[in-house]
Amino acid sequence: GPRRVLDDEMLEQLEELLISTDMGVETSLRVTAAMAEGRFGQKLSSVEIKQLMAAEIARIMEPVATPMPLYQKTPQVILVVGVNGSGKTTTIGKLASQFRAAGKSVVIAAGDTFRAAAVEQLQVWGDRAGVPVLTAPEGSDPASLAFDAMTKAQESGADLLMIDTAGRLQNRADLMEELTKIVRVIQKKDPSAPHNTLLVLDATTGQNALNQVDAFQKLADVSGLVMTKLDGTARGGVLVSLADKYGLPIHAIGVGEQIDDLAPFDPKDFATALMGLED
Amino acid sequence: MFENLSERLSGVFDKLTSQGSLSEDDVKTALREVRVALLEADVSLPVARDFVKAVQERATGQAVTKSVTPGQQVVKIVHDELVNVLKGDTEDTELLKVDNPPAPILMVGLQGGGKTTTTAKLAKRLKEKQGKRVLMASLDVYRPAAMHQLEVLGQQIGVDTLPIVAGQKPADIAKRAKQQASMGGYDVYMLDTAGRLSIDDELMAEVEAVRDVTNPRETLLVVDGLTGQDAVNTAENFNDRIGISGVILTRMDGDGRGGAALSMRAVTGKPIKYVGLGEKMDAIEEFTPDRIAGRILGM
Ligand SMILES: Nc1nc2c(ncn2[C@@H]2O[C@H](COP(=O)(O)OP(=O)(O)OP(=O)(O)O)[C@@H](O)[C@H]2O)c(=O)[nH]1
Ligand SMILES: Nc1nc2c(ncn2[C@@H]2O[C@H](COP(=O)(O)OP(=O)(O)OP(=O)(O)O)[C@@H](O)[C@H]2O)c(=O)[nH]1
Ligand SMILES: [K+]
Ligand SMILES: [Mg+2]
Ligand SMILES: [Mg+2]
Repeated sequence: GPRRVLDDEMLEQLEELLISTDMGVETSLRVTAAMAEGRFGQKLSSVEIKQLMAAEIARIMEPVATPMPLYQKTPQVILVVGVNGSGKTTTIGKLASQFRAAGKSVVIAAGDTFRAAAVEQLQVWGDRAGVPVLTAPEGSDPASLAFDAMTKAQESGADLLMIDTAGRLQNRADLMEELTKIVRVIQKKDPSAPHNTLLVLDATTGQNALNQVDAFQKLADVSGLVMTKLDGTARGGVLVSLADKYGLPIHAIGVGEQIDDLAPFDPKDFATALMGLED
Repeated sequence: MFENLSERLSGVFDKLTSQGSLSEDDVKTALREVRVALLEADVSLPVARDFVKAVQERATGQAVTKSVTPGQQVVKIVHDELVNVLKGDTEDTELLKVDNPPAPILMVGLQGGGKTTTTAKLAKRLKEKQGKRVLMASLDVYRPAAMHQLEVLGQQIGVDTLPIVAGQKPADIAKRAKQQASMGGYDVYMLDTAGRLSIDDELMAEVEAVRDVTNPRETLLVVDGLTGQDAVNTAENFNDRIGISGVILTRMDGDGRGGAALSMRAVTGKPIKYVGLGEKMDAIEEFTPDRIAGRILGM
């Protein structure tokens, strides 16, 4: 394409492109400035510029792109947390299927004892993944279910125990306390558990994702992130701010509603998609 | 985490005396801060841009009142304009159109936005506040246990749900709901649909078919109040394709700034009817432009 001088006006356009991916004003300015360093006044085509931006973003994301770690310890306990509707239950189904395919024995605990039909939803996913789902009656204490699930997973010699939790907004102190109680109870059975605490973020979420990570990190010691719904029009640019501020590993991304729609987080692909450079 | 607008602007206007009128340059400088504040509150970029332009026009040349600082004055102009846009010119924003029984209400939106929960909340409201007989039907043939979820909520709030028949297409379920609503003497029937991406052509066509067999009195777009820049895409695509009559913003009990409210209103031109404030069946309120405006501005 035609080349243009990299000037203030163009930088502003690039900033806006990043802002429209949910990267936030501050991070967008920083990324654009880093790309422009030493290049101001040069003549570049818009594709070249986007490629440079993508490379800068991939550089930031490289260190956080790590698959969920698997440990020797069994059962390895994976606690899945996040705000309402972000995709926790679906992601558990997808992960369970992947772990099964990798030859692991998996057990799921239906820790959302609150929402209507949350248990039935997870049972369907358990069936699809070929994994047993431990349940408790609606309205019962999720911490006591988690305790029972720990016992059963230990007795049955399962490799992995995945615990689903009810959606909770991070500003709800009572619900966040309920989560810390679940963790305390799990630790009675195994002080090193949970071995992974996955925070599931919805790609359509804007800047509030920063508050979510902040609060869940403080109260539930999040060990990694999964971002769902990246198959839609939302770009998930907030992940760049998150990588910048928190450096938490991003384990996987959700790219659909089917069982195989969970992909590893690839910094280059992500950056390319963010800049609209696919194909 | 976010500075509010007043704080931002107080710095900008420190140099000005509170005399005379707001010059074009003063206003421009201030509006740069307003733009950032809006973007940090998740107002979509094109909407923020237009909004700032409108304020620029209104503010330039305005006399500065003695009792306030120029900063405070700009904040007031911004706030008032925000309320204006959020309110729109629609008069009948509150009540749902449920005349000509049985009146169909179609609920649409992205995955996990809160459609099913909001369907039940509205049904409960229609029943209790307006004495309506409501029938709810789930057209979600995809999400595991989606139909059961609505059935359980129906039992909790004492509202009937359409019996579940496996293997039916959404448009056929809608027809059955219409029939049952007519024969059963219901005032309203509510159609909860599966979550869908606005770019999913097949699923958008599916909900068009549902619309065409029922001719809804209200088509409500249910949107997560924590939505970021994607709000414009969602608003545009759902409105263009299905034609919505109103918006409901959920999860406003969170600490999100709610900029999606402005994006939704500006892009669709349709009223925001309700806000969802929790998971409980009573956690829904009528939309109040004033409160959301303050929230977007961090005041
Ligand atoms: N398009 C798309 N939809 C997804 C993805 N992940 C989950 N969903 C959908 O999002 C909706 C919510 O998913 P759930 O797994 O129920 O979310 P949750 O976090 O368990 O929700 P709560 O338990 O109610 O808080 C469902 O309709 C899922 O099918 C994804 O990666 N892409
Ligand atoms: N905190 C809060 N949670 C809400 C609100 N509205 C809905 N939820 C929760 O959000 C999650 C998703 O709600 P659903 O009603 O299942 O959403 P949906 O749009 O029907 O989801 P799909 O059918 O999968 O597309 C559930 O955990 C609800 O309890 C709200 O206003 N505030
Ligand atoms: K995002
Ligand atoms: Mg769930
Ligand atoms: Mg639903």
